[in-house]
Amino acid sequence: MSETLKKQNSSPRLELLNITKQYPGCLANDQICMTLMPGEIHALLGENGAGKSTLVKTIYGIVSPDAGQILWNGHEVDIKSPAIARDLGIGMVFQHFSLFETLTVAQNIELCLTKSQLEKIGNLAEKIRDISKDYGLNVDPDRYVHSLSIGERQRVEIVRCLVQSVKLLILDEPTSVLTPQEVAGLFTVLKQLSSEGCSILFISHKLHEVTEICHTATILRGGKFVGDCEPANETPATIAKMMVGDLAEQDAGYEKAHGGSVIFSANDLHLPAKNPFGTSLKHINFELLKGEILGIAGVAGNGQEELMSIISGEDNRNLKKVLTLDGIDLGIMSAGARRKSGLAYVPEERLGRGAVPEMSLSENTLLTHSSGFVKSGLVNWSAVKEYAKNLISQYSVKCHGEFSEAKSLSGGNLQKFIMGREIGQNPKVLICAHPTWGVDVGAALAIHQALLKLRDQGTAILLISEDIDELFLLADRMAALCDGHLSPVVRTEKTSIDQIGQWMAGTFINEPKVSEALA
Amino acid sequence: MDIDLITQVLFAAIKTGTPLLFIALGEAICEKTGVLNLGQEGMMLMGAVVGFMAAYATGNAGMGILGALLIGMVMSLIFGFLVLHLGANQVATGLALSIFGGGLSAFVGSSVVGQTITGFQPIEIPVLSDLPVIGKVLFSHDPLVYLAIVMAIIISFVTNKTRLGLTIKAVGENPHAANAIGIKVLKVRYLAVMFGGAMAGLGGAYMSLVYTPMWVENMTAGRGWIALALVVFASWRIGNIVLGAYLFGLASIMHLVLQGMGWSISPNLLAMLPYVATIVVMVIISADKYKEKLLAPRSLGKPFDPRQMA
Repeated sequence: MSETLKKQNSSPRLELLNITKQYPGCLANDQICMTLMPGEIHALLGENGAGKSTLVKTIYGIVSPDAGQILWNGHEVDIKSPAIARDLGIGMVFQHFSLFETLTVAQNIELCLTKSQLEKIGNLAEKIRDISKDYGLNVDPDRYVHSLSIGERQRVEIVRCLVQSVKLLILDEPTSVLTPQEVAGLFTVLKQLSSEGCSILFISHKLHEVTEICHTATILRGGKFVGDCEPANETPATIAKMMVGDLAEQDAGYEKAHGGSVIFSANDLHLPAKNPFGTSLKHINFELLKGEILGIAGVAGNGQEELMSIISGEDNRNLKKVLTLDGIDLGIMSAGARRKSGLAYVPEERLGRGAVPEMSLSENTLLTHSSGFVKSGLVNWSAVKEYAKNLISQYSVKCHGEFSEAKSLSGGNLQKFIMGREIGQNPKVLICAHPTWGVDVGAALAIHQALLKLRDQGTAILLISEDIDELFLLADRMAALCDGHLSPVVRTEKTSIDQIGQWMAGTFINEPKVSEALA
Repeated sequence: MDIDLITQVLFAAIKTGTPLLFIALGEAICEKTGVLNLGQEGMMLMGAVVGFMAAYATGNAGMGILGALLIGMVMSLIFGFLVLHLGANQVATGLALSIFGGGLSAFVGSSVVGQTITGFQPIEIPVLSDLPVIGKVLFSHDPLVYLAIVMAIIISFVTNKTRLGLTIKAVGENPHAANAIGIKVLKVRYLAVMFGGAMAGLGGAYMSLVYTPMWVENMTAGRGWIALALVVFASWRIGNIVLGAYLFGLASIMHLVLQGMGWSISPNLLAMLPYVATIVVMVIISADKYKEKLLAPRSLGKPFDPRQMA
């Protein structure tokens, strides 16, 4: 606990005592204690599944704890619902946003307010404009949420909390969806709030951010409290050690490759969105070389999904002479035919797209490997099982066996299995989205090495990720997507996080000459 | 066609469209909260038979309406319990409810087949009903016709202008997010389902108390199904639902008029007219697919379990 803060404000704003929550088969929170002072920016750290989300949902009244006490300004409170939490002055910005896309900003905010609050505010639209001006948030109350970018939506959620004059603001991984520049903007707002006495609980697993703005940090591992610290006195490495337990094997830098001849190209790929929540692709051009990894950065929702589905063939609109794989026009080819010509695909969504949740691992193997295992319409099941068993041991997938249902695996293990299955097809081109999202450190390392090995065997890999650090680690060349525009493609060693960050925000769109200068 | 015939056709069209309007309005609210209740036909038949029996037993058509409202709500509660509480598949449960209601209404009503009652008397609105043509077409109906129009106006106001309307829309779009900001999703859905049941019962009662004041097995003749289609083709917009319901009424009457005029078209083909005409017009109205996707309740048909956090 920070000494300076303690001296300034003798009584804590929020105290958690022995909070415990048991889910079927998983102890999400095991006797967790935590203290928050007024004006404190407190980080809640831990790997996926450490129990961070459960803990903040308990504070916000969405999850009711099995045991433990919550003290608010020194008094015990029973937060049964989010409405009670908001009444106390607790606001929350969710990781997966809780906004309604078919309503306007003002309507979204109105839904969170009680009648008496609304009467006190009077003109809600005016209030929203005032707040967004005071904090430099730039939120227009009359716009429909579906027309807003991800960063704008987050600002709406923050304004929604500020309208209710919050005393504790909870942010669940707020920076994972923002460009580096947007993150800087968010931090300015948080610092301003903190100086006004608002406590902030900040969930993250990006350590350099935590050391930058947080006064104190609580670290969870496997549902248990493992320690707290003052991030200013720590380094990312020492905090990481507490999060992971033993010193995790960090990815060292890898050697960059120079690709060979062109194997895949997109030539003026221009495609209107299929639905109002989608993004149109705008005149995208790029070439993929044999034996290289091309990384595409960008905040989710800027056209990644559309780009992947048109390349994989899921989006079956006919484009003539736009996508070419090894000299073949992909034009009207179905997703299956594209796979047969050497295209493999690891989608972002593991359950439902990458694998059928209710089917066993061996059945899921068969889905993309049909040609080898089927003779005159009959499936050679023993060969399929053998193959699945091999994948499981080769990629150390933790599961009961090849008969396990895909949905019974953890995200990281299923991802290793899917990666292995796709790599096993010896593809000419692999499209791969967010390969290590939600995957623990050890599995991420294994996936990285598998990708690099595949690259060295001559496969061209298109890597789409929101994790800039990962892209800089793996990609040989890089570009960024913003609002369906693709930035110029540059070699990774010739660019910087700052430059890619600006491209993610779309600075390249109005300056077409930059591309020529950099090429 | 002379002016009298036109007046009569339009008058009958509004009457014919009224039961459809009741059901479609109820189902629209239900679907706006994300619940698809395919049991409309069953609830409507139960409303028709119970409404008729209550009116027959008490000699009071008002009691018939009350009975129909109650049985509609009871039927919808069965549906609500299965799909909301137990998380059963909405499509299968709704279909079962329709079949169940059809059979049960035939069984319950066997004793009153062929009996007659005095239904509602028309109310001629003073001054307005004296207007030429319009007076007869719009202002000399039975009270339920006016009720349907008033309901449409109220529902349109509530869904577009009030907090309750926002809540309904929010639950239908994203129940998990609605839960996270403290809206009681299941409560909203239960109430919407019950409202839909009451309206379906009312639509059924209109058939057996006013439209043809008697009870015949399966007398609703698929109106519950056409109402379901109407809601979707009207893109959940109340104005379009009103238009579609009366259009259906008009086409139903036209097929009788055309037959009467001795058109040499198979009566079976003519009988299709109301269904085809309604659907074709509604498809044309909602041709802008891009815009329509914004209007559809995005969680429609998907169960919500508050214990399972997204």
